[in-house]
This record gives sequence, C-alpha cells and structure tokens, in this order.
Amino acid sequence: MSTVVIEPQSQSLAPQPTMPWKPTRKTQFSGIFSVVVVAIVSLAIVLLTGLAGIDGFGLTFLAVFLGVTVARTARQNPKVRKDSMVGVAICAAAVLAFFPWMSIFLSVILKGARGLQPNFLIENMQLTTPDDELNMGGAAHAIIGSMMMVVIAAVITLPLGILSGVYLTEIRGRLTFLVRFVVQSMSGVPSIVAGLFIYTTFVNFTNSFSGMAGSLALAVLMLPTVARTAEEVMKLVPDDLRSASYALGARQWRTSLMVVLPTVRSGLTTAAILGIARVIGETAPLLLTSLSNNSYVFNPMGGPIGSLPTYIFGLLQIGTENSINRAWTGSLVLMILVLVLFLTARYFGGKDKR
Amino acid sequence: MIKVMSVVPSVESTPDPRELFVIYNRADRIFRRIVTSGALTSLILLGLIGTFLFVRSAQIFNDRGLKFITGSNWTAGSGDGVIPDDFSIGPMLTGTILVSVIALIIAMPLAIGGALYIEFYAASRLRKLLSTMLDLAAAIPSLIFGLWGVVLFTSFGERWSILLNSRFGWVPFIKVQAEVFGRSPFVAGCVLASLITPIITSVSREVFSRTPRDLIDTCYALGSTRWGAIKTVVLPFGRSGVIGGAMLGLGRALGETVAVYLLLNIVFRYNFRILESEGGNIASLIALKFGEATEYELKALVAAGFVLFLLTLVVNMFAATIVEKSTRRK
Repeated sequence: MSTVVIEPQSQSLAPQPTMPWKPTRKTQFSGIFSVVVVAIVSLAIVLLTGLAGIDGFGLTFLAVFLGVTVARTARQNPKVRKDSMVGVAICAAAVLAFFPWMSIFLSVILKGARGLQPNFLIENMQLTTPDDELNMGGAAHAIIGSMMMVVIAAVITLPLGILSGVYLTEIRGRLTFLVRFVVQSMSGVPSIVAGLFIYTTFVNFTNSFSGMAGSLALAVLMLPTVARTAEEVMKLVPDDLRSASYALGARQWRTSLMVVLPTVRSGLTTAAILGIARVIGETAPLLLTSLSNNSYVFNPMGGPIGSLPTYIFGLLQIGTENSINRAWTGSLVLMILVLVLFLTARYFGGKDKR
Repeated sequence: MIKVMSVVPSVESTPDPRELFVIYNRADRIFRRIVTSGALTSLILLGLIGTFLFVRSAQIFNDRGLKFITGSNWTAGSGDGVIPDDFSIGPMLTGTILVSVIALIIAMPLAIGGALYIEFYAASRLRKLLSTMLDLAAAIPSLIFGLWGVVLFTSFGERWSILLNSRFGWVPFIKVQAEVFGRSPFVAGCVLASLITPIITSVSREVFSRTPRDLIDTCYALGSTRWGAIKTVVLPFGRSGVIGGAMLGLGRALGETVAVYLLLNIVFRYNFRILESEGGNIASLIALKFGEATEYELKALVAAGFVLFLLTLVVNMFAATIVEKSTRRK
C-alpha cells in the first residue's frame, strides 16, 4: 500500500488570486469625484433657490445623488439599478443615524471649551450666581458629589453583579433563565422610577435627601449593566480551565473563586466601569433623591448634595446666557468623564481576550 | 495501486464521552447557596420596586379607581375642601405613547439603515470605528441630548414643522390650531429618536452580524446583488432581533425624563396634533410636580410612577424575550 502526497505547486506557477470585487484606484477616484461634484451642484442649488440651512443642503444632496445614480444605471439590469438605489438610501440612513451624535459631540466640545477654565474645576458655586462671568465659580462640588455617589453605587453593585454572573455561568441552577430574564428586563426600568422607589423607601425612612439615597438609586440602575457584563466575560473563560481545576481535585467553590474569578479580573473591572459610565449622567433619579447643593458636601448622609447632572439641569432652568454656557461646560466635563470611562473599559476588556 | 489513506478515524472507534457528574460537599453547598441568594437580589429588587410603589400609592387607586387613568385633570385642591384634589394622568399617558411612537417611527429606518451600512457596506476598518462610536453614542447621557435639543435642534425642528404644516396641513393630526411651533411632540420625538437610534442600531447590528455567512455567500454565488442578499437572507434572519431592539428603544423612550421635560410644554390636555406645542409624559410630570407637591399629590405621583413602571416592564419583558431568543442561536 502506498500513499501519494501531492506536492504543492511551486509559487510561480500558482495563479495569483485576483479580487474582482475590490475597488480599483480608478473606481475609488471616480467615486470620490462624483461625490464632490454632486456636493458642489447641490450647494449651487441651495444658494440659488433659497432652500436654507444644512438640512436643505442634505436633502438636495440626496436627491441629486439619487438622480445621478438612476441616470448612471439606466441602461443596466433593473436589479442592479435597484441595488445601487437602495445602496444610496442605506448610506443616507447611516449618515442621518450618526449625524445627531456627531453634532452633539462637536457642539459640546466647541461650546463647552469656552468655559473650561481652571476655576471651573476647583471652585464651587457658593459665592457665585449662575449669571456671573464664566471666570468665577465652578463645578468642583458637583464633580466631587457625582464621583462620590457613583463610587458608592459601584461598591454596592459590584459584588451583587459578580454573584449573579457566577450564578449564571458557574452554578447554572434552576433559576438561570429567570435571573437572566429579570436582569434583562430590569435594565429597562425608567430612571425616574428608580428614583421614586428610593424616595418612597430610603428617603422616607431616613427623613432626609442625601448622597446615600442618590447612590442607592444609581445602584438600582447600575446592577443590570454590571450583572450582564460580568456574565458575558465569565462566559469567555474556557471550560478546559474548569476541567483542569476539577481534575486537580478542587471543589466547585475553589474552582469558581480561585480559577474563574481571577481569570476575569480585568473583565470585572470593565463591568464596573461600564456600570459607572451608564449612570454617571443620570439626572432624573437624583432630582428625587439627592437634590442639589452649591457647596461641598463630603458626608453621604449629610443632606442634599451637588452632582454634575443636577448642576447642568439647574443651570438650564435658569436659562440666561452665562448659565447656559456653564451648562455646556458642565456637559463637556460629563462627556469627557463618560469617554474616559468608556475607553478605560475598552482597554481592560481587550486585555482578557489576548 | 494507489490508495489515499483517510486521516479521519472511523466514527465507531471513538468512545462516547463518559457521563460527568458532580458531588457537592458541604462547602460547595454553602457556596452555591450564597451565590444563589446574591443572584436573586435583582429578582427581589424588581419585586420590591413594584410592591413599594404600589403600597405607597394604594390610597390613590382606592380613591380614584379607573378615573386615575382616564381622567384629564391634575389639580391640587385648596386643602379646605372648596376645590377638591383631582389627580389623573390621562393626557400624560397618551402623551407618553405619542412621543415614543413618533420617536420610534423616525428612528427605525435610520437604525436599520445604519446597522446594514456598518455590517455590509462599510470597509472593515471603518466598521470597527463605527461600532465603537455606536457604543459611545449609546452611553451619552440623555441630559446632553436634551441640552442639544433645546439649544440647537429646536430651530431645525421648527422649520420642519412649518414645512410639514404648510404641505400636509390637511392631515388631521398634523394640523395646528395656533401658529406656534417648537416645543411640540414632534420636536421632542425627533430628539428622542436621536437618543434611541444608537440603541436600536447596535442591537440590529449584533443580530445582522449573526447571519450565517455561507447563506450570504450562496446568494452572491447565485448572482444576487448586495441588496438581493440583504432582502432574502439578512432581513428575514434578523427580523425578530430588530423588533426586539425596537422594543428596547421604545422602553427607553417611554421612560425618558429630562429630554422631554426640557423640550415640551407640559400641558394637561389631550393632544394628538404632533405639531401643537403642548404635551408631556408621565416621567416629566413626576419631575415637574415633585418639588412642590403636597403629601396627597406625592402619592398621586408615585401612582403615576407605578403605571409607568408597569408599562415599561411589559415592553421590556417582551423585548428581553425576543432579543434573548434571537441572539442565543449561533
């Protein structure tokens, strides 16, 4: 009996793979060129006909582009024509879907940067009225209050989130489906309802609004995010690791606590950070639990406490020019916080997979 | 004679894997009990929220019965009985649904288009960037959306409203009585739409990305265009997931507080004209009245919160079931 091994053909003889679907330099260039031409034409139409503003421009651009596409594919198979028209529509939808986000991002940076002076980060509003010039007063009290509340909320939530993650991936008891279902549907509890809940319980029992009450309301909102992320990262732990641990004679509790949890340490950091990012901008629950304050409060049980969202919300309600500018700066700080938290979470999340 | 040896061992020769079983000792049982009780916290918490809201507002439901839902007044009494307390949430309930439905109608095509673009049209490098941006967009606090809506979007919204009114004024729910635009359910709905679009987009994208690759490739091999493949394979495959995502977005829109509070004139009257500058939703009612409410009015607010809680819970449970089902299979 003999086996035949087929030698791979030498490199020079093998046909080079061609990728006919890949855009060539020429088609790429003509694509960009046509977009520019359409943009110029629609700009001219907007200027001549008085369809005002960026929305008019967008609409004209889309109409002209569709027209060009129809004209270009007129001689082709109707299927191909339909395909390219739907392509234009989908691209337009994508641009529209991302447009508000980009607009928010840019406007917060542009409008917020004006008031972002050192005093904004180190002073409070005790001696300043919202209408004063931007170089007076600041949001230090609000930043400290927000930080304090989210950290307390994270300390409360993280153990519970980890426990439900362990339950869903390690123990897999009879209630697995129910727990997962409840966590999913709890993530949709409106934030104001969480605030009302803490108001009717904690605030009524302790008889005072406080940072602690705010933290508890935020914890209610944070729990589903943390629990779900924890479950997701624990699912990624390979079963081999568990089997190896069992094979070495470890019991389930040792396997869970000393093999699985240490493996996902950075994933759990991600869970906590994502939870914080989820709640740091919540306004509604804080309006019912921690209210707001113009000066520093360091005691979580010491009455109403300032926080960034309520600070911005209060300024918006005053509505004068300087107060709105302050609100933009506050939003910039808030958005930077969310961004930093998010990127940190990404960083830690990427670590586990490697 | 040439014979090619098979590398794959015959099926019969592999033994069945041994049945695995675990015996839990005492430490294990304690561990399992602790973890189980920890995991049940969320269940208990959800129950507690419902119970407490209901108990605190039972008096309202007892006093007013169904009128609390159907009535159209929110008047605090004078206290001495001359003007009686009259609390009901009818207009706010319909307003909640109206604004959310507007938001959903605007957001759905954008979200589906965006998700299809990211999955099937964008270049792979752009795809990674866009999906990161999408997650970020979903994390932006609604307060910032509200601020953006009030300061920047309102002027656009007003112009579109005027345009809609002049062109489609004959449609009953678009016609306005007073020629005042802005701060209308339509404008609030637009901002809510931009708030929920990232959520729906990211769920839809997730579902679309699970479409079996070989089915799409089969389409292409049979000579289908890109749209043909999307229409015949991707959309039917992802339909339930997209519906689930829409439900999640709807749940978010129903419970939104600050954006609606900042963008709507809260007026207690049934209003279904989307361009009229009056409206409101339950969540913004709670935020508006909470500060200066009497004891009895507070109970009415808690009752309103309870109704909102039930409404969103139903929507979210529905969404959770659908999303769970459509993302579980691989």
